[in-house]
Amino acid sequence: MIKTIPMAAAVGLFFTILYFLMAILAPWIAPYGVAEVVGDVWEPSSADYWLGTDNIGRDLLTRMIYGGRTTIFIATVATFISFTTGSILGFLAAVMGGWVDQVLSRFVDLIMSIPPLIFALVVLSVMPVTVPVLVLVMGFLDSTRVFRLSRAVAADINVMDFVEAAKLRGEGRGWVIFREILPNALSPLVAEMGLRFIFMVLFISTLSFLGLGIQPPAADWGGIVKENADGINYGIGAALYPAIAIATLAISVNLVADWILNRTTSLKGGRG
Amino acid sequence: MSSDTLVKVRGLKIGATVYPPDAAPHDIDIVHGVDFELERGKVLGLIGESGAGKSTIGLATMAYGRGGVKITGGEVWINGRDILKSRLRDVRRLRGGEVTYVSQSAAASFNPAKKIMDQVVEASVEHGKFSRRKAEKRAVELFRKLGLPEPDKIGNRYPHQVSGGQLQRCMTALALCPEPELVVFDEPTTALDVTTQIDVLMAIKEAIRDTGVAAIYITHDLAVVAQVSDDIMVLKMGEKVEYGTAEQIINAPREEYTKALVSVRSIEHEEKVPSPEPVLRCQNITARYTGTNFDVLHNVSVDLSPGQTLAVVGESGSGKSTLARVITGLLPPSTGRIEFAGRTLAPDLPSRSREDLRELQMIYQMADVAMNPRQTVGTIIGRPLEFYFGMRGEKKRKRIQELLDQIEMGAGFIDRYPAELSGGQKQRVCIARALAADPKLIICDEVTSALDPLVADGILKLLLNLQKVENVAYLFITHDLATVRAIADSIAVMYQGKVVRYGTKSEVMSPPFDDYTDLLLSSVPEMKLGWLEEVIANRKMESAGN
Amino acid sequence: MSPVIRLLAQRISLGLLLLFFVSVLIFAGTIILPGDVAQSILGQSATPEALANLRREMGLNDPPVQRYFAWLGGVLQGDLGTSLTSGRDIASSMGSRLQNTLFLAFWAALISVPLAIFLGLLAVRYRDRWPDKLISGVTLASISVPEFLIAYVVMFFLGVKFRLLNPTAIGFRPDADIFAKLEMIALPVLVLTLVILAHMMRMTRAAILNVMQSAYIETAELKGLTMFKIIWRHAFPNSIAPVVNVVMLNLAYLVVGVVVIEVVFVYPGMGQYLVDHVSKRDVPVVQACGLVFAAVYIGLNLVADIVSILTNPRLRHPK
Repeated sequence: MIKTIPMAAAVGLFFTILYFLMAILAPWIAPYGVAEVVGDVWEPSSADYWLGTDNIGRDLLTRMIYGGRTTIFIATVATFISFTTGSILGFLAAVMGGWVDQVLSRFVDLIMSIPPLIFALVVLSVMPVTVPVLVLVMGFLDSTRVFRLSRAVAADINVMDFVEAAKLRGEGRGWVIFREILPNALSPLVAEMGLRFIFMVLFISTLSFLGLGIQPPAADWGGIVKENADGINYGIGAALYPAIAIATLAISVNLVADWILNRTTSLKGGRG
Repeated sequence: MSSDTLVKVRGLKIGATVYPPDAAPHDIDIVHGVDFELERGKVLGLIGESGAGKSTIGLATMAYGRGGVKITGGEVWINGRDILKSRLRDVRRLRGGEVTYVSQSAAASFNPAKKIMDQVVEASVEHGKFSRRKAEKRAVELFRKLGLPEPDKIGNRYPHQVSGGQLQRCMTALALCPEPELVVFDEPTTALDVTTQIDVLMAIKEAIRDTGVAAIYITHDLAVVAQVSDDIMVLKMGEKVEYGTAEQIINAPREEYTKALVSVRSIEHEEKVPSPEPVLRCQNITARYTGTNFDVLHNVSVDLSPGQTLAVVGESGSGKSTLARVITGLLPPSTGRIEFAGRTLAPDLPSRSREDLRELQMIYQMADVAMNPRQTVGTIIGRPLEFYFGMRGEKKRKRIQELLDQIEMGAGFIDRYPAELSGGQKQRVCIARALAADPKLIICDEVTSALDPLVADGILKLLLNLQKVENVAYLFITHDLATVRAIADSIAVMYQGKVVRYGTKSEVMSPPFDDYTDLLLSSVPEMKLGWLEEVIANRKMESAGN
Repeated sequence: MSPVIRLLAQRISLGLLLLFFVSVLIFAGTIILPGDVAQSILGQSATPEALANLRREMGLNDPPVQRYFAWLGGVLQGDLGTSLTSGRDIASSMGSRLQNTLFLAFWAALISVPLAIFLGLLAVRYRDRWPDKLISGVTLASISVPEFLIAYVVMFFLGVKFRLLNPTAIGFRPDADIFAKLEMIALPVLVLTLVILAHMMRMTRAAILNVMQSAYIETAELKGLTMFKIIWRHAFPNSIAPVVNVVMLNLAYLVVGVVVIEVVFVYPGMGQYLVDHVSKRDVPVVQACGLVFAAVYIGLNLVADIVSILTNPRLRHPK
């Protein structure tokens, strides 16, 4: 399996792992403290401050590393929430059918008829902006998409003859879901997990940029943009570093997800 | 090359690029050097099983490769020009003008957004053969000749507004409209019911005769091709097996492969006497699907004796598969009862005992979706052993081995996945899975219709042998009467949800017939020359007599 | 034609029903959730009397159903309530901002839709060759970066470093002449175009490829038609519905993108209005904006469905 990994996916996998390692090891690899003011405002990059300093003189590299930690942590937890709720409910809706399916599906239709960012803004206008609230709101809103996908995938598999054969054999619901449907639904769901993770990274960054995400002095990539945005007008590009970070992470995860998805489709092709 | 030669193909080689999942893309050969000639006004039949390259060769006469298919070598002369060396402009003039094409699925080949007439006359007008008005007049004539209802008006309809058989005839009109010199028919009747097939076949045959056009007729069914062709070429894996006149191929085949194709479906099966104590007794079953307001089954009653085969035969929409769903408990009937092995079965699946489920097994039409692609053959066959008999470890493995031997597959298959098996092997594994439960009855739902004829024959022989050894009864659902002859002890003919004829095989298959059974029986192509003419003549006589 | 009309009526009433439930959801979302509006306006140090006063003033003591219908009744008559922070009428403050937002979105759509369809066709025409690969590469890159970052990158280089265009839209005046206005929004329009172009192009490509792989396209090829005629007569009529669907989906996405882009470029539109009042916890404004955005979103999806009903030959010409 590893032998046949294509170049693009290998590069993607490498950067994905690198970013996650940086997030986990942030306190040990960051050169300065996250809120520590070490120099002047917007110093250019130098041997001491590889990426220069930010709008109040903190080391930008340190902020970026800690910011990555926050962004990746929040995105991971929100993806986890979104995936567990979305896929469990989606599978249940597909297998049980009837009113369970109707109620869940119509409710999801309703939530999805409001753009997620707008919905999040409405909710955040009355809720305190804290990490648990953010993670729950993002995870819950996004679980609607996972619900739709897993319901569709499971419903497709549920009508196949091999599932009918299992039901005719007298197998219980547990066997049908976990042994017949799940193994066949796993690959598209794993690929989708990558895409949902990217979406979460973009979502939390956008919220923080709008001032409704991570609150200072904690750092995250969207917040770093907001803090340093004024510099743009003076020709100082400090706000652009997060762009590079987010883009490389997102593209890397995308490449890995694409690879997983392609492996799935080619397997289907083998089935004719 | 005589002046009458229309098509001359020399050393035709066709290849394609494949993209296997775990290897680099590479080129493979589909057709390895094929030669043939076709005179004006004659019909050449191309016959072979799937993967023989027959459609690919047919399309090559239009210098066309479907998907990633490329013509890699050889010559294709049409009307004295090598079209493989022609410029694109000349090839375009050839396509739709000199050579036209009729595909297997007219439903997909017609543009859903345009009227039938627009599509039928398009090529004639485009190539300047006729003016729009003349082309439409010719189209209406063709519609009439092809026996379409309301030939003046049918052109104003959209493709989804006419039936499958009618659309297939419209496609034939589309191909004949520009007065081409060659028509390529690519399995034009394969997707149709047998009673529709004969009508379309007659229409095509008469149209070819009346217009004097040459044709290449592609099919997997030798009995069909024998009715329309002057010459036949038998293909296998992109290579010519045998090439001769239709007469010679059918009556005096030389190659072993051709002989096998000719003698296909000639399995002899002595019918057994029905026993007074049936293993399955369906009484007055009426059923409908939830959310619909009509009955799919009306008052169906049939019996099946232990160790025997009841064939339920009918065309699409006859309700034969619904009967299977009722018996398995997937669709509880609205009235009627089912007795199985001396006890009354609960109407719905959840209320049946494990013993009921074990003794009543099912085999499906599409073997590749009837098996979980993520489970090995060992798991697939082993699960019923585990589930019904609690077998584990070495005992289970030994039993799986025995079952694999019974279906004539070796020990090496136990750890393979379904994707690694051929179509016939997949169906065998499904049979083994059913046998593993040690059932009294197996429902076989069109188990051979997705398979090539020779493979299907193998499966039928296997089923007959297993019945002798295991004394298991089959409820055999099929649309194919040749299969019925080969395997049945008794037969139920179904039409529009009713059993119109029921009895032992000899009773059902001998006159006097009811109208529908007569139509059905006389519509099955027979492996002899001139069969189609006989049927046409008989039917004309009958209608004249009435 | 009757099944078409029936379906259309069904679909439109479904849209209205959806909008009704969305309004319930938006309203309920702002009162059921554990936050307290009065508390968050006045802060943790507020005295109980002040809180009680404010609650009474805002009608927070009435039963929720009554408050909802009072609010909905107002909305239906064009009365969106008054802002908590500025005390101004929301409908009138929103009016000009909505116009500005639509102005921005209109120009972004005008440029991006034809461009995306053209590039999508180009990708189909040169499938698996370099133009296609370039397009899909750019797409991958641009869907991997949030809108506001694209905005800053563009602003940094085009606006500040090379001084080609106005870096912000802060000087936008609705009553200025059209050229002055266009000059002001040049950068935001460019960014919005970049943001939705990639998606739209990729989806257009997929939609058209799907049509081009149909058997009836092969039939047309085997009739000896030229590529142009195949596309014009056979591919185009069947591509309308999927392509319109793609366009509507992306315009809906544009509506969301506008929110962020307006903040970046300090453009006086709905998005900025909404974000400002979320931070100020001005609930009536947030509710009103949320409802307007959701209505536009639902409306665009409705248009897509209507077009696909109208272009479906099976529905237009029943058996």
